[in-house]
Amino acid sequence: MKRTRNTMSTLEIKDLHVSIETDQGTKDILKGVSLTINSGEIHAIMGPNGSGKSTLAATIAGHPRYEVTSGEILLDGEDVLEMEVDERAQAGLFLAMQYPVEVPGVTMTNFLRTAKTAIDGDAPKLRTWTKEVKEAMAKLRIDADFANRNVNEGFSGGEKKRVEILQLELFKPKFAVLDETDSGLDIDALRVVSEGVNRAHAENNMGTLLITHYTRILNYIKPDYVHVFVDGRVAEQGGPELADELEANGYDRFLATAAVAG
Amino acid sequence: MTETTEQVAGVEVGSRRISIPGFTEEGENLTAATNQAADHSHGFDAAAKPLTSGSGSRGNRHIGYDLAGFPEPTGREEEWRFTPLKKLAGVLSDTPTANAVTDSEPVDYQVTEGVDGVVLSTLRDGEAPRGTVLQPADRAAVVAYKNVEQALYLKVTEGTELDEPLRVDITGTQAGSRGNAHVVLEAEPNAKAVFVLEHRGSADFNGNVEIKVGQGADVTVISLQRWDDDAVHVGQHDAAVGQDASYKHVAVSLGGSVVRLNTNFRYTGEGAEAQMYGLYFADSGQHIEHRTFVDHNTPRNTSNVLYKGALQGETARTVWIGDVLIRAAAEGTDSYEKNQNLVLTDGARADSVPNLEIETGLIEGAGHASSTGRFDENHLFYLMARGIPEKVARQLVVRGFLNEVIQKIGVPSIEESLQEDLEAELEILGN
Repeated sequence: MKRTRNTMSTLEIKDLHVSIETDQGTKDILKGVSLTINSGEIHAIMGPNGSGKSTLAATIAGHPRYEVTSGEILLDGEDVLEMEVDERAQAGLFLAMQYPVEVPGVTMTNFLRTAKTAIDGDAPKLRTWTKEVKEAMAKLRIDADFANRNVNEGFSGGEKKRVEILQLELFKPKFAVLDETDSGLDIDALRVVSEGVNRAHAENNMGTLLITHYTRILNYIKPDYVHVFVDGRVAEQGGPELADELEANGYDRFLATAAVAG
Repeated sequence: MTETTEQVAGVEVGSRRISIPGFTEEGENLTAATNQAADHSHGFDAAAKPLTSGSGSRGNRHIGYDLAGFPEPTGREEEWRFTPLKKLAGVLSDTPTANAVTDSEPVDYQVTEGVDGVVLSTLRDGEAPRGTVLQPADRAAVVAYKNVEQALYLKVTEGTELDEPLRVDITGTQAGSRGNAHVVLEAEPNAKAVFVLEHRGSADFNGNVEIKVGQGADVTVISLQRWDDDAVHVGQHDAAVGQDASYKHVAVSLGGSVVRLNTNFRYTGEGAEAQMYGLYFADSGQHIEHRTFVDHNTPRNTSNVLYKGALQGETARTVWIGDVLIRAAAEGTDSYEKNQNLVLTDGARADSVPNLEIETGLIEGAGHASSTGRFDENHLFYLMARGIPEKVARQLVVRGFLNEVIQKIGVPSIEESLQEDLEAELEILGN
C-alpha cells in the first residue's frame, strides 16, 4: 500500500464507546469520545490515571482486548475499525506504546526491515535503508549495536521509548499516537525523544496525538490543541494555555465535576 | 580444595560460576550464601537427591550389554516417564531386523564411498572399537546392539582432513517394520571430518551410534530426523572425546511420530572441547524427546549444550532432559547447558529438565538455563501494529528463535536445507 506524502489527511474519532471484559464483567472505559486531527497538528490528551487515555490509544491501533461498542474511527473517510491491526499500520497509523513488548528471536535489523517492507508494500533499497537506519539511530543516541539485539529484549525503559520513536521516524506514518512516551524518561532522554517527534512532525507533516499525564513533555513538543480527558470523555478542550492551567491547578476541578456528574 | 581464598565450602565463587538445577529464566550464578546448598545437594553424599530411578547419581545408572538388566519399562521409571511407551512397543521388543510380511529389509542404507583416507567396513560384536564407546543405557539401546550382527564402521585415518561430509543415508521403506542399526564412527588422531546421518521415510527404527574421537581430532556428527509422520525412532549416540579434540553433535528432529534420542559424551583425555546442539519442531501428534548427558570424567575439558525447540498444534509434545555430571576427578571443568522452547499454540507441552551434579568445587564454571516461552498475543500485537501481517509475524519469531542453533551447524548446505524445512513447518503454522 503506497502512500503519497504531503497531502492533507484527517483522522476522525466520532462518539467512540469502548469497553473491556474484566473478571467483574464488562466495563465501559470510553463513553463517547470525539476528536478530529489533521495532518501537521499536534493534539495533547491529558488526564488523570484511569481516565481512558491509553484505551483510546490501544483502540486506534486495534488491540483485541478493547471492544468498540459504538462510534467510528475514520482515516480520510476510511473505516479504521474494519481494518486488521497490520492494515491500520499500513494505512499510516502508528502507536508508540507505553510498554513496548520484548519480542524473542527477532533482531531489530530484521524487524525494522520487515515492518518497513510491510508498510511501504515493497522492500526498501538495502544500501540507502541501512544508512537511513544508522543515521536515525545516531540522532536518537541509540547505540549502533542495538541493531543486532532482539527487539526490546533487555532494553531499559528509556531505550525502549527511543526505539519507538526510531520506528516513528523510519516508518513515516500519517498519524502517530504517543501513549505516555514521556513516562520513565530522564530529562536528557525526554529531550532526545521529543526532538525525534518534532523531526517526524516537520519532515512528514505528521499529525500527532500526544497522550500524557504530565505537562513536562509539552515544554519540548508544542501542542496546537489540548484535550482534558476525564472518566472516558473529553471534559474540556482548548489551546496550549489549558496545559498551563493544568500545570498550576492539577486535575482536581475536573475530577470534582466528574464525581458530581457520576 | 585448598589454594584460593575465593572459596566457600570448597566451591569457588566470585567471577567463576556454579549453578544448580532449577527452572529459572537464565540459569543462576550462585552467591556465596547459596553455594553451600549446591554443594550439599550435589556433593559426594550417596543420600543426595536422586536424579534417576533408584540409583542416585546419574553416573550410577545401569549400563550394560545384557538384556536382562533392562526390563520392559512400565512408564514409572525416571528415564521413561515422559515417553509414550505404547508407540515404542515395536522398538523395545527384542526383535531382529525384518519384516514379517515381505521378509525384506525395512531400512535402506547408503554410505559415502571411495574417499581417500576413509575406511568403510563392518564390525562384529567384540571387534574394537565397536562396544568400546557406546554403553547401552536403556532397553532400546541394548536391543539394537545385540540384534545387529555387522555394525557399519566408518574410519577417518590419522591426519586426514575431509572437506566434504561423509554421509550415511538411512531410509525407512516400511512403516511399522523393525530396523536395528549400529553405526561406529571413528576419527583417528588429528583427523577432521563431518558425519551426516540422515533419516527419512518410515520404519520402527532403533539406531545406535558410537563415535570415537581421537587425540586432536575434529569431529562433527549431524543427525537429521526427517522422517515421515508415522516413523518411530529411538537411539543412543555415545561419543568418547580424546585429548585436545573437538567434538560437535547436532540433532535435528523435525519428522516422525516419536523420536527419542539419548545423546551422550565423555572424555578420554584433557583439553577437549565438546558441544551438543539440538533443534526440534513438533507438530500435533509428534513426541520429540532428547536426553543429553555430559560426563565430565576427566580434568580440564569444556562442554556446551544448546537445544532449542518450537511446538505447534494441540498435541505437540517435546521433552529435553539435560544431565551434566562433573565427577570428582574433573577439576578445571567448564560446562554450560541451555534449553529453550517456544510454544506457538495452546495445548502443546514442552518439558525441560536440566540436572547438574557437581562432585568437585575446583571447576572453572558450571551453568545451566532453561526457559519455555509462549509466542503470545502481545508479541503478535506489537509486530502487527508495525504493519507486519500475522503469518509473517509468527514466521519471523520462530525463524529468529531457531536460527541460533542452525548457525552453529557449520555446514552451509545443511544450514540452507534446514531453512527450507523451517519454511515448510511454518507454512503449516500460517494456515
